[in-house]
Amino acid sequence: MVDTAALVRARGLTKRFGSLVAVDGIDFDVAAGESFGFLGPNGAGKSSTMRMIGCVSPRDDGELSVLDLDPDHDGPSIRGRLGVVPQEDTLDTELTVSDNLLVYGRYFDLPRRVIRERTEALLEFTRLADRADDRVEPLSGGMKRRLTIARALINEPDVLLLDEPTTGLDPQARHMVWDRLYRLKQRGVTLILTTHYMDEAEQLCDRLVIMDNGRIADEGSPRALIERHCTREVLELRFADFDELDRAATRLDELPHTREVLPDRVLVYADDGDAALAAIHDTGLQPASTLIRRSSLEDVFLRLTGRSLVEA
Amino acid sequence: MRIAEHRALAYRQVWRGSIVTTVLNPILFLLAIGVGLGTLVDDDGARTLDGVDYLDFVAPGLMAATAMQIAVNEATYPVLAAVKWIPTAIGQVATPLRPIDIALGHQAWIAVRLATSAIAFVAVMAVAGVIESGWVLTTPPVAVIGGLAFSAPIAAWSIGQQDDYFFPNLLRFVVLPMFLFSGTFFPVDQLPVVLRTLAWVTPLWHCVELVRGLTLGTASLAPSVGHLAVLVAYAALGVIWCGRAYPRRLTP
Amino acid sequence: MTTTLGFLLPGASRRARHVVYRNYRWFRAAWWVVVSGAFEPLFYLLSIGVGVGELVGDVELAGRSVDYTTFVAPAMLASAAMNGAVFESTANVFAKLRWSKNYLAMTSTPLTPTDIALGELTFSQLRGAAYALAFLVTMVAFGLVESWWAILALPASVLIGVAFAAVGLAGATYMRGWEDLDLVTLVQVPLFLFSATFYPLSTYPEPLRTIVQLSPLYHGVALCRDLVLGDVGATDVMHVAVLVAMAFAGLRLAGRRFQALLYA
Repeated sequence: MVDTAALVRARGLTKRFGSLVAVDGIDFDVAAGESFGFLGPNGAGKSSTMRMIGCVSPRDDGELSVLDLDPDHDGPSIRGRLGVVPQEDTLDTELTVSDNLLVYGRYFDLPRRVIRERTEALLEFTRLADRADDRVEPLSGGMKRRLTIARALINEPDVLLLDEPTTGLDPQARHMVWDRLYRLKQRGVTLILTTHYMDEAEQLCDRLVIMDNGRIADEGSPRALIERHCTREVLELRFADFDELDRAATRLDELPHTREVLPDRVLVYADDGDAALAAIHDTGLQPASTLIRRSSLEDVFLRLTGRSLVEA
Repeated sequence: MRIAEHRALAYRQVWRGSIVTTVLNPILFLLAIGVGLGTLVDDDGARTLDGVDYLDFVAPGLMAATAMQIAVNEATYPVLAAVKWIPTAIGQVATPLRPIDIALGHQAWIAVRLATSAIAFVAVMAVAGVIESGWVLTTPPVAVIGGLAFSAPIAAWSIGQQDDYFFPNLLRFVVLPMFLFSGTFFPVDQLPVVLRTLAWVTPLWHCVELVRGLTLGTASLAPSVGHLAVLVAYAALGVIWCGRAYPRRLTP
Repeated sequence: MTTTLGFLLPGASRRARHVVYRNYRWFRAAWWVVVSGAFEPLFYLLSIGVGVGELVGDVELAGRSVDYTTFVAPAMLASAAMNGAVFESTANVFAKLRWSKNYLAMTSTPLTPTDIALGELTFSQLRGAAYALAFLVTMVAFGLVESWWAILALPASVLIGVAFAAVGLAGATYMRGWEDLDLVTLVQVPLFLFSATFYPLSTYPEPLRTIVQLSPLYHGVALCRDLVLGDVGATDVMHVAVLVAMAFAGLRLAGRRFQALLYA
């Protein structure tokens, strides 16, 4: 039944806070087994969308079905089949690591015996087995995030919702979390995540939507989005000072390549970066430094919104 | 001194609430216990207080007990919070301030709060007609020293705590029994001898006796000097302890 | 069961018991904090028994003379029920709501906001009932109980606890910061002092008596005192009604406020 229909289906989904429209009539579908991402800057409406899917925030307009049920009426039954990893840690710091899982599992009406079995496996999976009887408070940020993931899996959810799963973690801890999520994906768990990290979206998402100002700017796989909005390579040019940069911007008009002038540098989109650089040198421009790199979702976002993702 | 200023700045934001605990609460207690219960005590009187009205007896006691309460409140959660939850003290040791400066600055701030509350209390007692002697003007400094006899040692203890687990125990098993059994509400000679001896050791009993004597004009020189000496000793030992405990926590 | 509960309290289910279980797991590690709470009212009782009671002697109540400690003990029972319930439902609940975000985690499970409120209330009243029992046993040991009706003082003090905890839960949702606890004290202390706790209603001048009777704690104190002294009458039905009404109004509001706050 479920494999043909979408696990999550939204049409014209809207959320308002007073006069602010946080989510502005968006449409999307998430299929079973898929890893689906919402990419966008802070305030784009990603978390509000996640809270509506998680049945803890009533929608103001539009349609939303989660697991073929209506969040307005079947909140508890839907939540019973979801796993949620919130943006901020909400672990129970007054309890031990294993008691966090035990108590949380009881909220799902799971028998204690089942929880005990799963706890062992989940702590093994998140590499926390040796901390089972420790208090939560002294754990590192990465450990807490992994414990939150373990907790979200205690009810063997059909869908795992992750809101900014690696924000605030150091690079090593991020990779550990990515590795665990990748394994879940391999096992066929449906992941829905939000992120404002390009590399995270490229690593984890089969398909994603780019959100800006409560709307969906575009949708597709990371590769498809890059191909649709970008060239294969990007040439980054930096200049000695602002006057140089201004002059360069005018001079580049002579070239056929599309480009983006940022406050500190110019991005030139080209399928062959080296050839573009040669053409630029031919015009007599002398950039202070140059860099040729593969284009990324960051560039897609810039092309779509005219703004950089991190600063936006 | 800058530490005291910092506390004062922070206090400006919450003063309304604290007025409740430091000024309004004692007035309410005075009304309920002094006036209300007083009518029962003075009515038949199975026992008497040597001709003193119950309101007159209880008011100075409450003044001393209030000083204790302010001192304990300021020397527990805020001290630990400054190194744990809102680590302002951690930021302060990164400046030229020494740990002992932080300790003394906080005590100075507590002294300011004790003095304000004591002056307010004297004003209330004047209105209630409790005051029998001009010596009452010396009670605010006594209340300040009596408060510091609590806040200095307790702050030294608090700064060494890892979390707030033991604070409720301090309040329940040290502060509350003192409040109830150190002569605030009834003379300690009504207590069995063991408890009476314990009461004599507490700083609160000395503070209550001294404030009561000065307010009612019944104080005599030798015992008063003795009470004061005990209070000063508690405060001084507390400061010395702070001198060891603060550096141990802040600059390990 | 679920339907009855849902009818009385919309949004509540049997899952509320899991919130109680969560607190039980916490209690296993921090039992001393809980158990030591039972000593507070005992210290008050002792202080009044050996101290103030000696000064007061006897109190005139309903035409007979009652020993002061006997008079005050049931009031201590009632006030302890209020104080415990208020502390649990304001400071503790505020911490979990805003500080540790415990409730936020609970909302992503099948639990509803009303389940959370009901579970917290139930645990706090199990705790309150244990304190009340300890206190009643002490009263019996001190010879301060004069009637078999006193057994009903146990449910009565739980009723007082539920009423104040329900209102406290609703109040906690309006708190903006820790400093707002002072406002709670601003209500709590006058109730404690002026609810005919330490002396009979007749001590107050006539116009003040009506005001005292508006205090919900007054009804709790009067109820416990009547039960312990065996002076049970029609007015006690009124006292119970006041507390039941307060409990329901408070719980309804608390459920709605939890809903609004957790489902933004």
